[in-house]
Amino acid sequence: MSDIMIKAENIGKKYMLTHKQDSKYITLRDVIAQKGKSIAQRIKAPFSDSETISKLEEFWALKNISFDIKQGDCVGIIGYNGAGKSTLLKILSRITEPTVGKVTINGLVASLLEVGTGFHPELTGRENIFLNGAILGMSRKDIKNKFDEIVSFAEIEKFLDTPVKRYSSGMYVRLAFAVAAHLEPEILLVDEVLAVGDAAFQKKCLGKMRNVAREGRTVLFVSHNMSAIRKLCGRALWLDNGKIVKSGTSGEIVHDYEQGQIRKFNDFSCVAERPADDIENLEFYIKRVELHDSHGEKTKIFSYHESLILIVDVFGVPLENSYGLEFRIYKDSGEFAAVGTSGPLHGIYFDNKAKKIKIEIGPLILTNGKYTISLRTITRSWIPTDTWDHACSFNIVDCHPFAMPQEIKTPVCVIEHTFSAIR
Amino acid sequence: MHRQLVIEAGRTERQYWKDLWHYRELFYFLSWRDILVRYKQTAIGIAWAILRPFLTMMVLTIVFGKLAKLPSGGVPYPILVFSAMLPWQFFANAFSESSNSLIDNANLISKVYFPRLVIPTSAVIVSFVDFLLSGFILLGLMAWYDFWPTWSLLVLPLLVIMAFAVAMGAGLWIAAMNVKYRDFRYIIPFIVQFGLYISPVGFSSNVIPEKWRLLYSLNPMVGVIDGFRWAILGNEIVFYWPGFCLSLVLVATLFVGGLWYFRKTERTFADVI
Repeated sequence: MSDIMIKAENIGKKYMLTHKQDSKYITLRDVIAQKGKSIAQRIKAPFSDSETISKLEEFWALKNISFDIKQGDCVGIIGYNGAGKSTLLKILSRITEPTVGKVTINGLVASLLEVGTGFHPELTGRENIFLNGAILGMSRKDIKNKFDEIVSFAEIEKFLDTPVKRYSSGMYVRLAFAVAAHLEPEILLVDEVLAVGDAAFQKKCLGKMRNVAREGRTVLFVSHNMSAIRKLCGRALWLDNGKIVKSGTSGEIVHDYEQGQIRKFNDFSCVAERPADDIENLEFYIKRVELHDSHGEKTKIFSYHESLILIVDVFGVPLENSYGLEFRIYKDSGEFAAVGTSGPLHGIYFDNKAKKIKIEIGPLILTNGKYTISLRTITRSWIPTDTWDHACSFNIVDCHPFAMPQEIKTPVCVIEHTFSAIR
Repeated sequence: MHRQLVIEAGRTERQYWKDLWHYRELFYFLSWRDILVRYKQTAIGIAWAILRPFLTMMVLTIVFGKLAKLPSGGVPYPILVFSAMLPWQFFANAFSESSNSLIDNANLISKVYFPRLVIPTSAVIVSFVDFLLSGFILLGLMAWYDFWPTWSLLVLPLLVIMAFAVAMGAGLWIAAMNVKYRDFRYIIPFIVQFGLYISPVGFSSNVIPEKWRLLYSLNPMVGVIDGFRWAILGNEIVFYWPGFCLSLVLVATLFVGGLWYFRKTERTFADVI
């Protein structure tokens, strides 16, 4: 018998996004109006493709997800908001169906996607334990057997017969987690539920979950809490934009994820820090770069014809006792837009004591769009010693250098020119 | 225990009835919750379940029996009214509760799995409990007027099943459509209010002219209510068979259709709600 508990093969989930209305609900009126419109269209132009009237857009929340999870594995699922983590758990717990693909599950599944699902504020703690237990799939007998354990775990003995609407939020969460923690499924799916409650209680929950995993049950755990993933999970899956970026041991995946997060942060800020895994084993490297405008203010948005200042920090000892610096500018669409090198072009080499270099670039005669800058250190003989690709990015806006207000987006740069009739 | 579960688009069917059995206790717990919650923080509590139908009966008796002076066929008017109000109230409550049940439990639907059929069904069960309580009023009325039922009362359980099927069938249709189109939320009270007047609740269906009787029976509740009256009042009422058979067919269609539509749309509830 194979010990694979969950086998996912190419699962995908598609949602349809509507772009024309602002209302959240589809109302009957809209449907009737739409139908009427499309019939009218069909009468007017019977052979045209009238399906394009409502602008639906496909959105794949998950795509081509395949993985195997073995019995007793505790797998962390990490990713940015909107990466598809919760959708994945919803599919595995059968709340929603995958659009394509197949999942085979060998064992009873219980899911805890939210703390206190189905709690009713008017009911007492005692009543809610039974109700919540039943909703999560426990039988009445199981709940009765576990009742005392649940109550003592939640530490609410005194308030058993008080309606939960009068509970403090801490008590509420404790009770809710306690019920769910005493489910005994073969596979447990847990979504970001530890984010609630105080530190002591979080610790208790983590301990409980570790016990669950130790008893040989399989746990899938979604969290943004990396230390919890590291402590609890042996393996991890990293999702981004509905796809699996990487899977492997949790230590490795969490490390990569955190580095990725730094990169992503750099993308939004005017200060970029070098990710740690880029500079391992390097003795001399570019550490940090800042983007300023010509007044020295940090920014990454520039108008056409403005100047840009890069403040580059280097670290370590160069091979020779001096070094040169090079920048390259690429447009987001891939074009190599510009280059500047201190040594071979300007004859400037920096002394190895110089750790902070200012590069002034401009006026920028670039068209609207996003640009990235790559940086490189070189030796006197023009050999690159350290390259930081896509170190930072900036945007050009307001590119309308000529008489009319029309903005220019392509190609990469603008060359001054005039038009005149000569004959 | 090892069981294998395969999740695939359009595949949930095979597991469904087994799951429904596995979650059988949830029918009980959800109904229990709704009953408990309903009378929390009320002063007279469960007495409301008796008081409401009793007052409605009084109003209908006064309006139709005393003011409009409609014929009752020799039966005390309150009993005539109440024997119809029992199934009507059951239908009206069950229908509106089950129609709104999915939306009221939206948080459950988007966060936990269980066969969704449990939700509207337990809403109907809650109304059934009210129905049983109202039944005691009828017993009281019959004792008061010294009115004895005949052997025809034995058919009552079958008629209760029929009333169940009407409420459930209509409820399933509307509940499933309500998930996507919230318009039905506003249509339900209208149907219930309107239905009270076009169903033979305040009056006997014998007041309907003979040539319109069959058309009148297109309202499935007509068959149910006539059946109830016949079962409770016995031979005093002339039973109209063609109409009843038509109602029976309509009820069966409504129920099976409702179940079919609910099952068909159920898979997308969590995405749409």
